[in-house]
Amino acid sequence: MRKSLGDGIANDLRFVVRRLVGEENFVEMHPNRSNNYCCGGGGGALQGGFPEARRRYGRLKAEQIKATGATYCIAPCHNCHSQIHDLAEHYRGNWRTVHLWTLICLSLGMLGEAERTYLGPELKEACL
Amino acid sequence: MRFKGSRSSFKEVARRLLPSDGSFDLCLSCGLCSSGCPASGLADMDPRKFLRLASLGQDEIIATTPWVWMCTLCRRCTHLCPMHIDIPALVYHARTCWPREKRPKGIVGSCDQALATGTASAMGTRPEDFRFVVEDVLAEVRENQPGQENLAAPVNRRGAYYFLNQNSREPVTEPDEMVPLWKILDYVGADWTYGTLGWAAENYCMFAADDAGWETLVRRKVAAVEELGCKVWLNTE
Repeated sequence: MRKSLGDGIANDLRFVVRRLVGEENFVEMHPNRSNNYCCGGGGGALQGGFPEARRRYGRLKAEQIKATGATYCIAPCHNCHSQIHDLAEHYRGNWRTVHLWTLICLSLGMLGEAERTYLGPELKEACL
Repeated sequence: MRFKGSRSSFKEVARRLLPSDGSFDLCLSCGLCSSGCPASGLADMDPRKFLRLASLGQDEIIATTPWVWMCTLCRRCTHLCPMHIDIPALVYHARTCWPREKRPKGIVGSCDQALATGTASAMGTRPEDFRFVVEDVLAEVRENQPGQENLAAPVNRRGAYYFLNQNSREPVTEPDEMVPLWKILDYVGADWTYGTLGWAAENYCMFAADDAGWETLVRRKVAAVEELGCKVWLNTE
């Protein structure tokens, strides 16, 4: 977000997420916004052929997410989603990685059964 | 060492790449770039070291370190740099110094796939396959999900306000992940369309530091948006 659109849109998305999950369920990671770290999936890294380096790069992100204690991490794009999902497996994180569109549709009561791949068992049948 | 197609040293080229408010020699060696870089230490390299090596004319190391493929070009180093030195631009330039056949096969292969099809898809998805997947998934949702009987996922709808693109992995490997986006657009009444051409959001030629390929893909996508007369190009990547 910092790279192309800055903190303005990062704040807009936080507004959306807070409304979707409720203030009490929103946990910020540190550092955040423009001071946050890249997850390590970008710049071609997912196809770059250095998976070990890619995961070592992502360790910082994995530790940031673990420190929040959150059970869901929202990823802004497909690359980030793939990387953060992989980091959870590699570093044995307890979080699930979801796209924002999944939570928006869940909140609006229009998320289909087949669209819940990345949700945990507790949300597999919620608002169906 | 000299680079292919150029008589300039890395430092000379880099100097031309840098914005007017920041230059190579302004580096204070403060290390803010490296302290906040997740790629620091990979391949025995970090942003400060990379910059110092370039500054000292160690072009051979700069042009061969695999670190340039481990850096994600996230720009955090530049964000923190008190002298606003554009280190990612240097990393990108170092990528261009690699012979194409030595660059990471996965990245170059995805670039080649994208160049080979009008969809610009890094997975080589053909226009008719994209249309088939979208229509197939849509039909299933309309049939099986109460309340979604009228859901739409228009393809090549001329004059739509938004042209929506999509990461190739969604239609190819997890097509159901496209549906929530369609529902949101439908819910807010957005006037949108997909295009069978130029719909792929990713651009691996950019990552491959293939300038000509990068430009070709962007122009192909722009042409697809303009052909349908859309006003806004919605990038989901």
